[in-house]
Amino acid sequence: MSSLRSPLGRALGQGSTGEGAHHWWLMRLSSVAMVPLMLWLMFSLAALAGADHATVTAWLAFPLNTTLMILAVATLFFHANMGLQVIIEDYVHHAGLKFTTLIAVKFALILLAVTGIVAILRIAFGS
Amino acid sequence: MPKHPRPLSPHLQVYRPQLTSVLSVFHRGTGGALSVASVILIYWLWALAAGPEAYATAQGLLHSWFGVLVVVGISGSIFYHLCTGVRHLIWDTARGLDIRAVYRSGGMALFIALLLTLAFWFVALWSVGLIQSLWKGVLS
Repeated sequence: MSSLRSPLGRALGQGSTGEGAHHWWLMRLSSVAMVPLMLWLMFSLAALAGADHATVTAWLAFPLNTTLMILAVATLFFHANMGLQVIIEDYVHHAGLKFTTLIAVKFALILLAVTGIVAILRIAFGS
Repeated sequence: MPKHPRPLSPHLQVYRPQLTSVLSVFHRGTGGALSVASVILIYWLWALAAGPEAYATAQGLLHSWFGVLVVVGISGSIFYHLCTGVRHLIWDTARGLDIRAVYRSGGMALFIALLLTLAFWFVALWSVGLIQSLWKGVLS
């Protein structure tokens, strides 16, 4: 076995799409951010499990919590998008279906993230 | 799709399950499952913004036996994925890559994930007052 790479790929000297290292780096960067954000999110939600609507709303409207919740939602969906992208690329082999799934998942995740952030801002600004 | 045959690695099922491979499969599995479960966080935030009635419905769902079962799955998965993810970050610095260290860090990741999950449930059950009432039951 000489090489796993196609002659064209070898000639161009790039990864799968020319930005494999960039994807790898963003995955690591978001992972590092996720560690404190998800620990904060999970233990905050646990502490709020027994609280009523007014208490939870007041907690989320506190500026530090608003900021961290927006960062948590944004980072979570950024990280999920890259993780699901790798999973789809690995297991969906039909080119057209792969392309469609990748785009559909990306759009769904962006829709969820924006819905979440709008909800947080509504609570923060009391509308 | 490439037309020329490429070398393929053997399929997963020919291997005997080992801690290394099982943790790796579960890291990807929990990652995918948590991505799907993120819908619940957005629903919870939406319900909180929508008002007390919508929030009460969300709380009712989350505090039902099925809701609790789902949150058990999510909490276990997220702390597992977090710990094995940190393990990946350590590997990226080219540390702990020999087989003994890999097994040791795998066991450690499982142990820390279990501790974090238990801590999460202690806080959650304390928040809803279950621990306090249990404690009173023990004392009386």
